[in-house]
Amino acid sequence: MINFEQVVKSYPGGYTALAGVSFEIRHGELVVLSGHSGAGKSTLLKMIAAIERPSSGSVKINGQDISHLKPTAIPYLRRSLGLVLQESRLLFDRSVAENVMLPLVITGHPPRDAAKRVVAALERVGLGGRDREMPAGLSGGEQQRVAIARAIVNRPSILIADEPTAHLDSAYADEIAKLFKSFNEAGVTVLVSTHDDKLFAEYRPSRLVLGKGLLIGAAAS
Amino acid sequence: MNWLNVHARAFAQAVTRLASQPLGTLLSAMVVGIALSLPAAGFVLLENVATLARGVSGTPEISLFLEQGAGVDDVGEITRRLQQEAAVASFRHVSREEALLQLERGGLGDVLGGLGSNPLPDAFVVTPRGESPELYERLHALFSNWPAVEHVQLDSAWVQRLHALLGLGKSAVLLLAGLLGFALVIVTFNTIRLQILTLRHEIDVSRLLGATDPFIRRPFYWFGSLQGALGGLVALATVWLSVEALGPPAASLAATYGAVFSLSGPGLHEALAIIAFAAFLGWLGSAISVRRHLAERLV
Ligand SMILES: Nc1ncnc2c1ncn2[C@@H]1O[C@H](COP(=O)(O)OP(=O)(O)OP(=O)(O)O)[C@@H](O)[C@H]1O
Ligand SMILES: [Mg+2]
Repeated sequence: MINFEQVVKSYPGGYTALAGVSFEIRHGELVVLSGHSGAGKSTLLKMIAAIERPSSGSVKINGQDISHLKPTAIPYLRRSLGLVLQESRLLFDRSVAENVMLPLVITGHPPRDAAKRVVAALERVGLGGRDREMPAGLSGGEQQRVAIARAIVNRPSILIADEPTAHLDSAYADEIAKLFKSFNEAGVTVLVSTHDDKLFAEYRPSRLVLGKGLLIGAAAS
Repeated sequence: MNWLNVHARAFAQAVTRLASQPLGTLLSAMVVGIALSLPAAGFVLLENVATLARGVSGTPEISLFLEQGAGVDDVGEITRRLQQEAAVASFRHVSREEALLQLERGGLGDVLGGLGSNPLPDAFVVTPRGESPELYERLHALFSNWPAVEHVQLDSAWVQRLHALLGLGKSAVLLLAGLLGFALVIVTFNTIRLQILTLRHEIDVSRLLGATDPFIRRPFYWFGSLQGALGGLVALATVWLSVEALGPPAASLAATYGAVFSLSGPGLHEALAIIAFAAFLGWLGSAISVRRHLAERLV
């Protein structure tokens, strides 16, 4: 479903964040991506959403090579993914519900059905009834969950999350991990990066380990 | 999502952005409106002067005076030629006898009677088709070369001068409209630039969530057009108020010259044209700004 072949990414300035990475993620897999800070985790995840383009090598999703995607085709790729980036990237002048609604507004979803989906997504992440609140009034963990609700509201088949538990204490982090596991059980392919090796341990996920831009460990579940 | 929905959403978003900064919106509309009110007022003034000129003179005429010795044959020949000339709308033959009669009725009979014979020539009064100075020049030259024509006189030469002046005024107003229109484009360009800066985060997030370029650009186009249209409304209001204020003094000024004249403001068509022009300039400013500032794809 997701295929990296000899992917190299050098940032302008010459720093090589990925130095030839190859792996495959199958449909319905739960994959945990780990590695030290600066190992290239965010870079790798951004490539799947065409936020960064490989310097060489190829990235394929469902057999389609997205490394040379036309700019006008990129939005449609992103609509098929659920994306939770390292910074939560909420709009702080909009309510929780409006934030979660955004992907549906972008795709022109009929408003009434969109509103229903927003309610369902917020319930799914444990924020039922908080839809009118403003993000600034929420805790870090709650904001992160709003971002997750926003990522799943379009019912994507692939969910990508970059350190969704970075700023949370372990009890909160476990709950988020459980959430991702439940999405995975519902059939979604989940790829999540984390610093914390123990976090997903109980779900026995597949693992990718990066070190200095190279894949230094991989294990299928 | 069909075309109408897409634009309805972008329009609503633009209105929301306008309404969310009422002071800024008001100030921009005032700047645009005051800038546009100058050429708009110029057009209205020109229209009024042109109406006035037409009312005073009618269409200017050309008089042909024949030689003293011209006979019936010559009159027939001129009549035939005038009938064939396409640039002549109508003409009237004023016979020597008729001319004399007119003068006598005017109280000059005694003087003329003393002369013994009728000193007046046959004459034709010609109304040309059109009002351009070139046409008058051409007809003047043409008639002067006809046989038995002694003298060709352009009536109301001042009306022609007025027309020339009106033409000059039109050019000046166009120039002014061009300059101030350019200013409007710049104002909109800058407003949109600031807005894009303010909304940078929202734009980036929307792109990450799969927003297409047109989706992001459309509200800005609408915003620019709406802001321009609002400015157009302010310009119209300014012109209307000026006409209201200047109308009575203008009428009494005209009355001192024995003329009936009332200053009239822009009609419905002119009003719509001014608003459409302003909206177009706003759209242009936003389009250039969006092209310039949203070009680079950050994410
Ligand atoms: N836009 C950029 N321009 C230049 N260098 C960059 C850019 N983004 C990342 N890098 C560099 O690439 C390397 C990998 O960065 P990346 O963000 O992928 O690491 P990471 O594994 O996600 O780290 P962390 O755990 O701290 O988030 C880092 O050394 C970083 O400095
Ligand atoms: Mg990172």
